[in-house]
Amino acid sequence: MIIGALRTRSGNFSLALYAVLAFLAVAVPLLNLAVPETSAFHVSTYIVTLLGKYLCYALLALALDLVWGYCGILSLGHGAFFALGGYAMGMHLMRLIGPRGVYGNPVLPDFMVFLNWTELPWYWHGFDNFLFAMLVIIVAPGLLAFVFGAFAFRSRVTGVYFSIITQALTFALMLAFFRNDMGFGGNNGMTDFKDIFGANIQSDAVRNAFFVTTVIALGVGYALCMAIVRSKLGKVLIAVRDAESRTRFLGYRVERYKLFVWVVSACLAGVAGALYVPQVGIINPSEFAPEASIEAVIWVAVGGRGTLVGPILGAVLVNGFKSWFTGFIPELWLFALGALFVLTTLLLPKGILGTFLQPVSARAASRAPGMARDEGVLASLPPRDGTRERLAKVDA
Amino acid sequence: MGKLVPGYGARRKTRSVFLSLAERHVTSVLAVWVDTIRVLFAVAALLSFSIDTARSQEPAVPAPPAATALATPDALVAELPNADFDRKGEVAEALASSGHPRAGQVINALVSGTLNGTTDGRVVIEAGDATKTYTEAMTGTPVMGLAEDQLTRIGVNNRLRRVLRGLYARLTLMSPDAGIRRQSAAAAFTARDPDTLPAIEEAIAKETVPAVQNALAIARAAIILQDAAAPEFDRVAAIEILKARGDQDSMSLLLGLRDAESPAVRQAASDAAAAIEAELSYWRALQNVYYGLSLGSVLLLAAIGLAITFGVMGVINMAHGEMMMLGAYTTYVVQQILISSAPGLMEWSLLIAIPSAFLVAAAAGVAIERGIIRFLYGRPLETLLATWGLSLVIQQGVRTIFGPTNKAVITPGWMSGSFDAGHLQITYSRLAIIVFSLIVFSLLIVFLKRTYSGMQMRAVTQNRRMASAMGVRTNWVDAFTFALGSGVAGIAGVALSQIDNVSPNLGQTYIIDSFMVVVFGGVGYLWGTLVGAMTLGVANKFLEPYAGAVVGKILILVFIILFIQRRPRGMFALKGRAVEA
Repeated sequence: MIIGALRTRSGNFSLALYAVLAFLAVAVPLLNLAVPETSAFHVSTYIVTLLGKYLCYALLALALDLVWGYCGILSLGHGAFFALGGYAMGMHLMRLIGPRGVYGNPVLPDFMVFLNWTELPWYWHGFDNFLFAMLVIIVAPGLLAFVFGAFAFRSRVTGVYFSIITQALTFALMLAFFRNDMGFGGNNGMTDFKDIFGANIQSDAVRNAFFVTTVIALGVGYALCMAIVRSKLGKVLIAVRDAESRTRFLGYRVERYKLFVWVVSACLAGVAGALYVPQVGIINPSEFAPEASIEAVIWVAVGGRGTLVGPILGAVLVNGFKSWFTGFIPELWLFALGALFVLTTLLLPKGILGTFLQPVSARAASRAPGMARDEGVLASLPPRDGTRERLAKVDA
Repeated sequence: MGKLVPGYGARRKTRSVFLSLAERHVTSVLAVWVDTIRVLFAVAALLSFSIDTARSQEPAVPAPPAATALATPDALVAELPNADFDRKGEVAEALASSGHPRAGQVINALVSGTLNGTTDGRVVIEAGDATKTYTEAMTGTPVMGLAEDQLTRIGVNNRLRRVLRGLYARLTLMSPDAGIRRQSAAAAFTARDPDTLPAIEEAIAKETVPAVQNALAIARAAIILQDAAAPEFDRVAAIEILKARGDQDSMSLLLGLRDAESPAVRQAASDAAAAIEAELSYWRALQNVYYGLSLGSVLLLAAIGLAITFGVMGVINMAHGEMMMLGAYTTYVVQQILISSAPGLMEWSLLIAIPSAFLVAAAAGVAIERGIIRFLYGRPLETLLATWGLSLVIQQGVRTIFGPTNKAVITPGWMSGSFDAGHLQITYSRLAIIVFSLIVFSLLIVFLKRTYSGMQMRAVTQNRRMASAMGVRTNWVDAFTFALGSGVAGIAGVALSQIDNVSPNLGQTYIIDSFMVVVFGGVGYLWGTLVGAMTLGVANKFLEPYAGAVVGKILILVFIILFIQRRPRGMFALKGRAVEA
């Protein structure tokens, strides 16, 4: 695989990314823990957490790019999967608090005691188990995506319609999670986490551990996406993006390909959310807000969709810019963000990576998706088995 | 409604005898006395025995009435601080019959213990609140500089208080103003004070306005129902009257009779309560429909501009909500200008704001189309992102200029207030918005179907390339369509400024709802938008009582998501090649 990757220019990006990630995974904890605070090379814990947060966003952007950049499905509701993963993680951390809550109840989280609940709701059972929580982090967003996608793709809901109903989905979930009697902490969400694996969640060691985990998750996620888009399945996805009807007429079950990549993307987003929550220390319904999901879309657009490195770059750049910008003129941030949306779509339709660095092998991907009339990928796709025979029968 | 029960008829007969008696002595003050005696006898029948005897002897004891009648009302009131309880009663009755305009206030103050005598012989009324301000009893002029030690409260005992309450009720119930009579009848219904019963019965006999008479009959019925000692026949009749009134208050009153000892009363009450419940649920449904239509017309206004731009250009304009917000702020600016330069026109501020908002939003729409969207045709998803970014900029721009707080938009007088239709309360502002949205809708339909520009827009909607081949300048049509859609959004903003907070976030609260309406109704077909908006509005209001507002909204969203699975292009989908384009 490495040799194959080296042959293409995107392979160079992959190598560069892996190198950067490996460097971060080693250097950041080292500079934070081993270098004394007085040293100029010391990286503060704040920066570690901040970088970890950016990389979680990068994983979300990667997941989004997988469906948008390679399959033409613009999701305005990926924040929902992100938040679901985050809530699953939050529930695990809440259960780990045990009797150390404000009310000292050994089983119930504080907000349930506050609401006069007497026992744990059924859907909270099992979250004290780490493996179970990890499973839910992947399964819950995946299941939601599967049900939602199965309906939507089977009915051939496409384009802006699909975007709008994903937005409605995350909006509906936001309203639902705002309710206290849902049992997820309502408006305030979950916070005041104490520890994980018996170690204080606020300690430097745990924070660095989370950072390294995030780096690894991003690397694994990238490798997974790379494997998908470079496989034959990935070629079909690009064909779906560029000419869905034609791909269908070639005999491919378009909805199954879409559903597969949609579910994978949702699971990745869930993992990103799960890593995000312990680092920022809170999860609340605002993660479901449609605005948050759309902001994730702009990271992908800025970095360059249809390239897997692009969204990672975009997420880090935009969020770094946001942290820097809101540091001194927070009231003007919305102007900057809005301008970013407008200027990117007008002037940089292919994103930074797509415009300046001319990425990825095939010509089709170098065009702005959705406009492509290129038949390169399509021509290289063979009709599905039996289709030719069926067509021959029709001709006869 | 308006039907009077048999029990009442019987009473009217005795009244007419009594009235003819009164007519003969109409100039004499004695008439008033006879009247009072009669009233007191009637009260006696309904009150406990001891009170009965006390009452019926009362008129026989006091000083000759003629002497009282000769004194002026002012002199009478001046007597009050030093009078004993019996004399106070006489004074109050003389005052009541004098027709003095302040008589009601003075008697009311006497009952509630706010009537005071001063050391220098005046009588003042203390304001009901803690401010300790005083007014002259008989003139109503404020009195300054009274210390508390100069005042002596004019006391009353329970017996006197009962008499006074009856007097006060009679005074207001006999007021020459039908509005006041009606109000006091309604007040008597809620107070259900047995002391006012004679006054009410007397008023029923004299009342000429049917609506007021009806209200009085209901108040009387409510009082009789409260009295467990009243004859069973009267109580059942009273239940019938309350059943005819048929509102929540009557029902709770009737439900209170579940433990009545008389089985007939119990039965009648539970039957009546059931009948009212059935009637009320019918009215509740109507009320829900009305609220739903009102919400639906708001949605219609918000969505209709979107339906045009989305339908014609396939463009999702995420800044659509901000066009509404601009319209609402235009209303605010127009009103500010009018307040400072032409306050006389404030009543018509909305009529001035409508065209202004249309122009402002339409200009913004053209700028957006020419500046951004033009370059993004054929890339709907990118248009969506660009317009979203634009909406952020517009929001922040308005926030920077006008500040983040809500702006107060004035509602003109003709739009405030309400009227009752049956048990429905219809507010003028909601009604105005329903009518307004339908007018806007009709104008748009006429425009699209009957004008040349409208025909061009339809042509581009149905088949852009064919229209272009036939000589339609599609890019002009696009710009024009966008201006129209945005302008309509601006008009919607004028309407929204009347029912919602005018803040920079105004548009965001409506954008998802409007998309739902358009997607649900079907793109490129305005009737679909109308049906979609009204359906969603009514469904929302019907779900709210059962599921709560938030869950209701969630259910609606889930329903739409499922609905789109069944009909991916909405309720009324365009057929043909346009669909795939």
